[in-house]
Amino acid sequence: MNGAKFVVLLLIVAAAVFGAALAIGNAYVFFAGYVVLQYIALATAWNILGGYTGYVNFGTAAFFALGAYTTVVLHKLTSLPLPIMMPIGGIVSGIVGLGTGYLTLRLRGSFFSIATLALAVVVQTLITNWDFVGGSRGAYIIRPMTTPLLGIDYIQYLFLVMLGLVVIVVATARAIERSRLGYGFATIRDDEVAAEASGVPTLRLKLLATTLSGAFMGMAGAPLPYYVTYLDPASGFSLAYAVNGVAMPLVGGTSSWLGPIIGAILLGTLQQVATVTISSALNLLIVGLMLVGFVIVAPNGILGLFGLGARRARA
Amino acid sequence: MPGDPLLQVSGLGKRFGGFVALEAIELAVSDGERVGLIGPNGSGKSTLVNCMCGTLRHEMGSVHFAGHTLDGLSAHERTRLGMSRSFQLPRPFNTLSLADNLRIPLLYAGRHGAQPIDERCAELLHMVGLADKATRLPRDLTQIEMRKLELARAMAAAPRLLIADEAMAGLSHHEVDDILALLIRLNEQGVTVILIEHIMRAVMHFSQRLVVLVAGRKIADGDPADVVRDPDVVRAYLGE
Amino acid sequence: MEMSLDLLGNAIVSGLLLGGFYAAVTIGVSISFGMLDIVNIAHPAFIILGSYIAYIANTSFGMDPILASVIALPAFYLLGMGVYQVYHLAFERRGEESLRGLAFFFGLLFITEVTLVLVFGVDYRLVDAPYIGPSLHFGDIELPLRLLVPCLVALVMIGGLQIFMARTFIGRAILAVAQDQLALRLMAANPTRIKRIAFGLSIATASVAGAVLIVIQPVEPSIGRDYIGRVFAICVLGGMGSFAGTVVAAMALGIVENLTATFYGPSWAPAVAFGFLLVTLAVRPAGIFGR
Repeated sequence: MNGAKFVVLLLIVAAAVFGAALAIGNAYVFFAGYVVLQYIALATAWNILGGYTGYVNFGTAAFFALGAYTTVVLHKLTSLPLPIMMPIGGIVSGIVGLGTGYLTLRLRGSFFSIATLALAVVVQTLITNWDFVGGSRGAYIIRPMTTPLLGIDYIQYLFLVMLGLVVIVVATARAIERSRLGYGFATIRDDEVAAEASGVPTLRLKLLATTLSGAFMGMAGAPLPYYVTYLDPASGFSLAYAVNGVAMPLVGGTSSWLGPIIGAILLGTLQQVATVTISSALNLLIVGLMLVGFVIVAPNGILGLFGLGARRARA
Repeated sequence: MPGDPLLQVSGLGKRFGGFVALEAIELAVSDGERVGLIGPNGSGKSTLVNCMCGTLRHEMGSVHFAGHTLDGLSAHERTRLGMSRSFQLPRPFNTLSLADNLRIPLLYAGRHGAQPIDERCAELLHMVGLADKATRLPRDLTQIEMRKLELARAMAAAPRLLIADEAMAGLSHHEVDDILALLIRLNEQGVTVILIEHIMRAVMHFSQRLVVLVAGRKIADGDPADVVRDPDVVRAYLGE
Repeated sequence: MEMSLDLLGNAIVSGLLLGGFYAAVTIGVSISFGMLDIVNIAHPAFIILGSYIAYIANTSFGMDPILASVIALPAFYLLGMGVYQVYHLAFERRGEESLRGLAFFFGLLFITEVTLVLVFGVDYRLVDAPYIGPSLHFGDIELPLRLLVPCLVALVMIGGLQIFMARTFIGRAILAVAQDQLALRLMAANPTRIKRIAFGLSIATASVAGAVLIVIQPVEPSIGRDYIGRVFAICVLGGMGSFAGTVVAAMALGIVENLTATFYGPSWAPAVAFGFLLVTLAVRPAGIFGR
């Protein structure tokens, strides 16, 4: 199926999902659904770098939170609509991704990963010290009373916006996979030295992957302030984003765009259920255990368990 | 400038900490030449290849190729200029099929011309006798088949200069002849070839010029028949 | 701002002592990452674990925290060997160290932190010991025992490890395995066994480092993440496996961090470590081959 047809298919599925949610009529569906969609976007974004090129980003929370806090700043200074704020959040996170990559991607992959871990701590420190966005006390964001689209509540609007982002990110991931770029990414993952010798500009591609991945993560975080209405560093940089960003693609399967979606839906709904029935710390523990378990036992994730783990072998 | 060698290595030096891997290497290769490079294990042959191709950075000296200075250029830029190599220990892309492995240089080295990529892939696989395994993954190959894939991938980059690093190790007499014929045919089509080998009959048959490397230094460079009679070479490498 | 010499002098001295402590925190990573090439980003989690064990021993039994950590050493050693065994079977042997191995250690880091939150909550925990509080005075320079004792303990531990590495067969085998595994095999020593012992030692140091940490500052489960940047920055800057280099780099970081904290405020400390990390990475030899 070519790219355009796939986008149409995604849009149809998205419309169906939205329609089904409306039909159920319960506001909780939109609240919970938003979180799952957000994780699909986050996991797919992570996978563009981690799954396709093999470079592991542990600082998902930083890129995500930068998008959220860009919205806070823009909300205080302007009255831009959300669909404009999202790309701006994406640009901020993308630039940070580019910067981190530029400083560390010439070296071994593990140095990049360590740097992303340290980055998460530093960005959190900087935001916590920045009074304009509320510092450690947090910021209150008033949800607008009306939505740009007639007839739906604001939470439904947020759901729709996130649905749109998911369509964009998934379509992009799939398009990359099937393109010349995707081949280039795969060679970086398989054998970077041989890739260079074959003419692949590995540094340039890695920077592209890092920037794109970071930008999408920022866009996934941008609507968050309107969703939670009160944003403080503890929730913006929550451990949940740190671990889920890595666990969802690894559990679902990193070799294709489908893996992160499976992982996000599975772990996302699991956590929504667990947060309500047991404590939220305990449900994070379950995610952590699943991450370690899958990485040891099923390295290609759920896709791998169904024999879809290896890349397509085309003639 | 016309008349300049295609490849000019001048005063090349490379150290690993305190260990001197290469010292004051001078090498000139003319367009269309067939050069053999021999020497004992550990003499620095692969290090020299790595430095020429950009996989390693050399500390001293310089490398000129096709009118360009290669110093400071990354490996992929050198490949794009027309220098290609096969690795001594094959390094295939393990999650890609054989055909896809060959597709990579065709997509990225920017040198294959107007021929459709799929067609060129099939042609190359056929040339090395792997056409029936086009959709397989590298892990399904024997060691020998992996060497052939490695060579085919280097050829896919449509190089002006191909450096074959022990591409024939472990092959049967017949297979060595096949690869040799392949390399000679490539050369007749205009590709300059540097052959690094231990199989002396292949080296002697193939080389118009023979270079000998021992302990990081070049000790001989010239007509193959003269070089193999050189007492230093005999003592250091050929034995009796 | 006023740059009083006293303030500067004290900041530097405290920074030096802090650096000794940072060396203890890092020495485990110098072994696991510097010598064995295992990217154990979960090391800070083991340190925090050590802190909590020292805390329990101190509050429940009134035991000195550092003494408790020494008693706990064998347990940590065994834990380290166990973790290495899993890592080796699941990743090293399959040759898939990078992505999966990193994710494994990240998972361990995460699981440890969350488990500690579940058991102890997010409140800060402290220990009580006779050397927390009093200081030695040399003129205008103050040497808090709270920093001095950990620094001395750290240096003793590192010194002991250095002697072990240089003088015993196993120690030298560990140094050898870092250089050339094939040669080791030819010497009829099993590299896997040597690495397991080395990793066990690496985690054992976390026990002492943890006790020393909770002496210096109150501890809660998430502060492990603050140390990741510091630890790897020191390890890389100190020349990977070199113990002496680790100590020097740790003291340098301690001084710079403390000066920043004294004159610009303590909340900037993680940023200093990160800056150090970026600088050390920028100064590293370039290239994928590089080490």
